[in-house]
Amino acid sequence: MLRRHCLQALGAGALGLATASAQVAAAPRAGDARLLLVFLRGGYDCASLLVPTSSSFYYESRPNIAIARPGEEGGALELTSDWGLHPVLAPSLLPLYQRRELAFVPFAGTDDLSRSHFDTQDSIELGQPLSGRRDYGSGFLNRLAAELGAKRDKASPMAFTSTLPLVLRGAVDVPNTALAAAAGKAGVDERQAGLIDMMYRSTALAGPVAEGFATQAEVVRSMQGELDAASRNALSTKGFEGTARRMARLMQTRYHLGFVDVGGWDTHVGQGNATGPLANRFEELGRGLAGFADEMGATAWKNTVVVVVSEFGRTFRENGNRGTDHGHGTVFWVLGGGVAGGRIAGEQQALSATTLFQNRDHPVLNDYRAVLGGLFGRLYGLNATALARVFPGARASDLRLV
Amino acid sequence: MLLHDLAPPSPINRRQWLALAALGASANAVPAWATSAAAPADLPGEVLPARLMDRITWGCTAQGARALAGMGREAWLAAQLRGPANAPLPAQAQAQIDAMAITKTPFETLALQMEARQREARALPTEDERKAGLEAWQKDMRNLQREASQRFVLRALYSPAQLREKMTWFWMNHFSVFAGKADLRASVGDYEERAVRPHALGRFRDLLGATTRHPAMLRYLDNAQNAAGRINENYARELMELHTLGVGGGYSQQDVQELARVLTGVGISLRPLEDEPPRMKPALRSHYVRQGLFEFNPQRHDWESKTLLCAPIRAEGLAELDEALDRLARHSATARFVTRKMAVYLVGDAPPPELLDTLARTFERTDGDIAAVLAELFQSSAFQASLGQRFRDPVQYLLAGARLVHGEQQVLASTDPLLNWLQRLAEPLYGRATPDGYPLDTATWSGSGQMSTRFEAARVLGAGALAPTDAQGKRPPLPALSQTPYLQQIDATLAPATRAALVQATSPREWNLLFLSSPEFMHG
Repeated sequence: MLRRHCLQALGAGALGLATASAQVAAAPRAGDARLLLVFLRGGYDCASLLVPTSSSFYYESRPNIAIARPGEEGGALELTSDWGLHPVLAPSLLPLYQRRELAFVPFAGTDDLSRSHFDTQDSIELGQPLSGRRDYGSGFLNRLAAELGAKRDKASPMAFTSTLPLVLRGAVDVPNTALAAAAGKAGVDERQAGLIDMMYRSTALAGPVAEGFATQAEVVRSMQGELDAASRNALSTKGFEGTARRMARLMQTRYHLGFVDVGGWDTHVGQGNATGPLANRFEELGRGLAGFADEMGATAWKNTVVVVVSEFGRTFRENGNRGTDHGHGTVFWVLGGGVAGGRIAGEQQALSATTLFQNRDHPVLNDYRAVLGGLFGRLYGLNATALARVFPGARASDLRLV
Repeated sequence: MLLHDLAPPSPINRRQWLALAALGASANAVPAWATSAAAPADLPGEVLPARLMDRITWGCTAQGARALAGMGREAWLAAQLRGPANAPLPAQAQAQIDAMAITKTPFETLALQMEARQREARALPTEDERKAGLEAWQKDMRNLQREASQRFVLRALYSPAQLREKMTWFWMNHFSVFAGKADLRASVGDYEERAVRPHALGRFRDLLGATTRHPAMLRYLDNAQNAAGRINENYARELMELHTLGVGGGYSQQDVQELARVLTGVGISLRPLEDEPPRMKPALRSHYVRQGLFEFNPQRHDWESKTLLCAPIRAEGLAELDEALDRLARHSATARFVTRKMAVYLVGDAPPPELLDTLARTFERTDGDIAAVLAELFQSSAFQASLGQRFRDPVQYLLAGARLVHGEQQVLASTDPLLNWLQRLAEPLYGRATPDGYPLDTATWSGSGQMSTRFEAARVLGAGALAPTDAQGKRPPLPALSQTPYLQQIDATLAPATRAALVQATSPREWNLLFLSSPEFMHG
């Protein structure tokens, strides 16, 4: 606890320095900045992603599911003397790390200790103080959109999900579209759309209905581009990469604040190691994120930050079924052309039997509200007062991620 | 008993219940959603039978409304609260169900056959043969899930026991399982049929107990792998967090671990049904239980003493689970958590605290009698004021649309279009990957992407495209919704903007599209 307070105090000080962002040459321009939040629902096993390769305790704790040390068969890709990356990410994320466009923030998370997926996802998406009554009508990305909307018009938010997630609910009307579905095929003609719009104009659903027609038109245009670019055969891109590339095209032009979620991380049984179900999930996600960067194009990518989060990590030790149970601290990923990457950022500590939280989990040393607040501050030039509206009661800590 | 519960005179004018086709007879206050996003206001108006049916059933139909009018509200509600699990369906609907593999073969036989086929396919000599064998197996597994979904929709559309069907969806969502995991595609239908539907209007404790012994749940939440020394706490946690106490219900991480130990050995056996029990120490033998695919294996059980919610578990073996479930089902946190969810489903996003208190008390007083809680809920002024004001989730929207357009007698040739729309609207049956079930709130289902997809569905439904064709391949004439008793009854409640749009329709088909897209039909 003490350490975290110290860090936050430092971070709050650094935020005020106008020169800080100037030191990073490729930092995104605030006016063009794009942000995509990727939520891994289910609590992914961060110890298989960012592997504590220098911890013998890690290898003792996971006789069946550890990722081997660098150089061994199926071994982790060496990032630093302490950390390695899951080998399945060699073609997708390793190059980004090597180009210093990818940073990891281990020991990240929330103080919420319910270890419930749903409760913890909710509390993170709301981004409100843990004490006090939750307002389910106000997610932190919506509050961020409200702050940005006051400054400029290019902060259009979009949920790339089939239903509107908590994180984007609130005062700003946010559209949603599930790009994986057969989106874009207009069912009603323009006149009918106008009549439907009219029926809703004085109702609480006026915003979503009008936004729905506008979004549909936008998605149709972006899909049309995809069809035209037949040589790239983009339509055959399945799974998350297909969604990610479509998101990139929409975020390149129209929507600068995006959210998407990816499920399937609740690996209680037989998660595998260098290969297996979890490795397959990492592979698909990594390929998708690399595809997103590629589709974004060099210019837009320079102004883009992608943050990957999850509700919690998993038990440090493997369970009785070669899987892992609900834990606490996790690892956030921060990617982007202007990200100060190629490093492991934030407060850290060695992983041993004595440093585990409640003798079972990664501790949380980097609070999600502090980390994201610090990032938003730099990315958008928001001051402490504005950040306090996005994350009430939290103090931003500046990890100089951009 | 339930009749007595319903007996006190309601504020409803009985005249309302007599003539179904009564025109413009009632509540003409502006609907709550028309002016605010807040919870429905307590409207002083009278209850429309059509809107009562909308809420208690999968959507008002002319036939159903006639039954309601004929019986009177109290008798009709009492009959709905006692609706049987095997209510007769129209012949064509029953014929579709009778032709299904999940109907023709007992579940245990089917599950063991499918398991054997997968094993055999994997053992084939060449890669190509293995691939072909596994693909054929996959296809049949998908078909079993499809059949379960089709059967659910047929019952939802045509069963006279509508409330039971509506509560079956609710409990399937409360005790949610995901067909996409492991071999669950083969078992979701039986889970619904034998663990959930029979108890949907019965006792919560029976329902809870039935779900804990079904292979679908034991596989889905990994308890089939939970054994002494190889603890898996997944099911134990969700059993308290999602099925009984709720996340703030007063249990600790220690309780999760203790309940996980109670649950050790509670699992699945895929050995032939006629097999002898496995060999084990004589002292354990009497504890062994096998019922169908359910198995309690004493050798996998943790026999050390246990404490749950600050009290010791006294029973031994499988009886420990019953003792734990009794404790959980009778906990006041469970009464509050479960009845609140019922109220959100049947009243709206923010049920008033007085109603929640009443329902929780009724749940405790009746030892979790679901029908008694429902009877209490239906009598409440909050329920009556909410009729016509509750935003429909996709499954309620689509089924209500299909029932309004096609009625109860015109049996759809295929339910697949509805299942596909459910998929596109992100609420497929047995398709929630996580065990929390689909959210029941308005905000989840009223985003822009949802709304524009619904308007597409409205166009297809309104065109009568789901109607069966006759021998010549012809569809019956397009139903004009504007001429239905339903519209005549709710006509006076239509908002001015809705009227203004409807009069601009250039054809019955477009009128149908606009009405099915209207705020009035998005709410029920």
